[in-house]
Amino acid sequence: MKVLVPVKRVIDYNVKVRVKADGAGVDLANVKMSMNPFDEIAVEEAIRLKEAGTASEVVAVSIGVKQAQETLRTALAMGADRAILVVAADDVHQDIEPLAVAKILAKVVEAEEPGLVLAGKQAIDNDMNATGQMLSALLGWSQATFASELKIEGDSAVVTREVDGGLQTIKVKMPAIVTVDLRLNEPRYASLPNIMKAKKKPLDEKTAADYGVDVSPRLEIVKTTEPAARQAGEIVADVDTLVAKLKEKGIV
Amino acid sequence: MAVLLLAEVTDGALALDATAKAVNAAKTLGDVTVLCAGASAAAAGESAAKIDGVSKVLVAEDPALGHRLAEATAALIVSLAGDYSHIVAPATTDAKNVMPRVAALLDVMVLSDVTGVVDADTFERPIYAGNAIQTVKSKDAKKVITFRTSTFDAAGEGGSAAVEAVSAPGDPGLSEWVEDKVAASDRPELTSAKIVVSGGRGVGSEEDFKIIEALADKLGAAVGASRAAVDSGFAPNDWQVGQTGKVVAPELYVAVGISGAIQHLAGMKDSKIIVAINKDEEAPIFQVADFGLVADLFQAVPELTEKL
Ligand SMILES: Cc1cc2nc3c(=O)[nH]c(=O)nc-3n(C[C@H](O)[C@H](O)[C@H](O)COP(=O)(O)OP(=O)(O)OC[C@H]3O[C@@H](n4cnc5c(N)ncnc54)[C@H](O)[C@@H]3O)c2cc1C
Ligand SMILES: Cc1cc2nc3c(=O)[nH]c(=O)nc-3n(C[C@H](O)[C@H](O)[C@H](O)COP(=O)(O)OP(=O)(O)OC[C@H]3O[C@@H](n4cnc5c(N)ncnc54)[C@H](O)[C@@H]3O)c2cc1C
Repeated sequence: MKVLVPVKRVIDYNVKVRVKADGAGVDLANVKMSMNPFDEIAVEEAIRLKEAGTASEVVAVSIGVKQAQETLRTALAMGADRAILVVAADDVHQDIEPLAVAKILAKVVEAEEPGLVLAGKQAIDNDMNATGQMLSALLGWSQATFASELKIEGDSAVVTREVDGGLQTIKVKMPAIVTVDLRLNEPRYASLPNIMKAKKKPLDEKTAADYGVDVSPRLEIVKTTEPAARQAGEIVADVDTLVAKLKEKGIV
Repeated sequence: MAVLLLAEVTDGALALDATAKAVNAAKTLGDVTVLCAGASAAAAGESAAKIDGVSKVLVAEDPALGHRLAEATAALIVSLAGDYSHIVAPATTDAKNVMPRVAALLDVMVLSDVTGVVDADTFERPIYAGNAIQTVKSKDAKKVITFRTSTFDAAGEGGSAAVEAVSAPGDPGLSEWVEDKVAASDRPELTSAKIVVSGGRGVGSEEDFKIIEALADKLGAAVGASRAAVDSGFAPNDWQVGQTGKVVAPELYVAVGISGAIQHLAGMKDSKIIVAINKDEEAPIFQVADFGLVADLFQAVPELTEKL
């Protein structure tokens, strides 16, 4: 079974984002970019399936600017076998909407015929939490989102999902789309020899036009603003003062 | 213009708070029809009919709709979509599972976690863990939206909408439910509680999390946790507050042994009053706290529980 893992290049989760003064978006020039943390977990899970003999090949795919190559090299260094870059934008500030990403991924799936797609549950830049579900809809496949545990049993995947009430386990028919949550595994770091090896692994380059997908956005960004900042309050001396303050506010 | 609102139905019962908040968020967009779907959903439909501002309730009952499996629920919504300009839901994990699937089937984008309605096409939503707010205008003919419930008040009760049964398109046979692991609790629900007491890695163990729970019980509060506390096994996953957990905005949020990483702040910084208890005076949580107490939590929390 082949496993396809879509990985997104996003602002590193440690970077403090700045909204541009003209409200045109978030400043992404010269900031550290990394693989979306959820996607690292998806890559790790795919590699573990391969190590367990369940998967035969792990293919990483990214859609975006040319620089997403670096993200794919990271996936290859972790252990993916090969990578596909679909160039769909020139400017690092131009993001591709989940619907367009899902349409391109659907074409990649048609060509690659994976038995399983492992995606992140959300990208930490736009927090849309949509791409996996949309891809599943376009393919008419089953979906299991927010996975914290994944077992392949014959032609089904048994997935434990993190939901509002606690945990839900479902069994989905393969081929399937599974989107991964943070507690599924702890991704490995790529070792230096593996980083070197990754440079020689195949990385195919395509464009959105190759797949005949129109990536024009459906959502127009009217403006981007900073949320109202919260003012720091006061440091209280002891528990008694804290209790008095809360009583003063009338909330206890 | 007309709105179809997917109600939050769990095991046949309506989650009133989340649904009523979404009704309030949606009512400026047009007449609101609420859809209650499930293996059993009639009782939920009766409750939804009483929410103020609801003009009609549709009840769809089918074994395939049980446990809100995404494939069957999305197919049902798409079969009803023709009559509506907006298809909306509260941003629960169930709706986040279903709504993007609906959107893709309709060939439109989804708008997740909307916090503000500007007009029928224009909405506000947080991005980058709430570090920026984006105003987006949708060019799609139909809008598919989930509303972040913590930013909307719940619509009141007193309505008496008509209830109508609709049939489900049947079981696509793609997925089946195996089991739920849900911890029963007498405490208020995290996302609707007036007070939340959360513990972080500083609490140190599952055993010691009891002092957080004791403070919560004294205050009649819900219990929350940071991701580090959940990852370390001190607390169950459904207590996680933050970018990838639940978003809360209670009257009072007490953060104990939590450093204040942006991913945690994303889930609680709209709380009315924030109290932080941390032994490190440099902890970033103090920058958003109304009242900060620099202290060892093992002393301060039991003392606070006693003195309240
Ligand atoms: C600076 C900036 C400018 C923007 N400008 C515009 C604009 O001009 N017009 C506009 O309409 N929208 C714009 N957007 C919004 C943007 O297009 C979408 O809202 C955004 O792509 C939402 O997707 P997500 O990454 O949150 O996807 P999610 O659905 O949260 O991603 C989930 C998973 O899908 C996979 N995935 C997602 N994207 C990719 C990818 N590219 N390659 C491979 N796998 C992927 C990954 O596995 C990921 O973990 C902009 C956003 C930013 C930050
Ligand atoms: C993609 C992504 C998503 C994430 N999503 C979330 C999310 O949804 N929610 C979330 O919470 N995190 C999330 N995180 C993790 C986040 O970055 C932090 O790692 C996490 O919030 C830290 O938890 P903490 O504050 O409990 O632990 P720490 O940062 O370790 O802080 C522990 C604090 O306890 C204090 N302390 C220790 N002992 C005592 C004592 N005896 N008395 C008083 N104080 C004490 C310390 O001074 C310290 O400030 C996410 C991270 C990533 C990468």
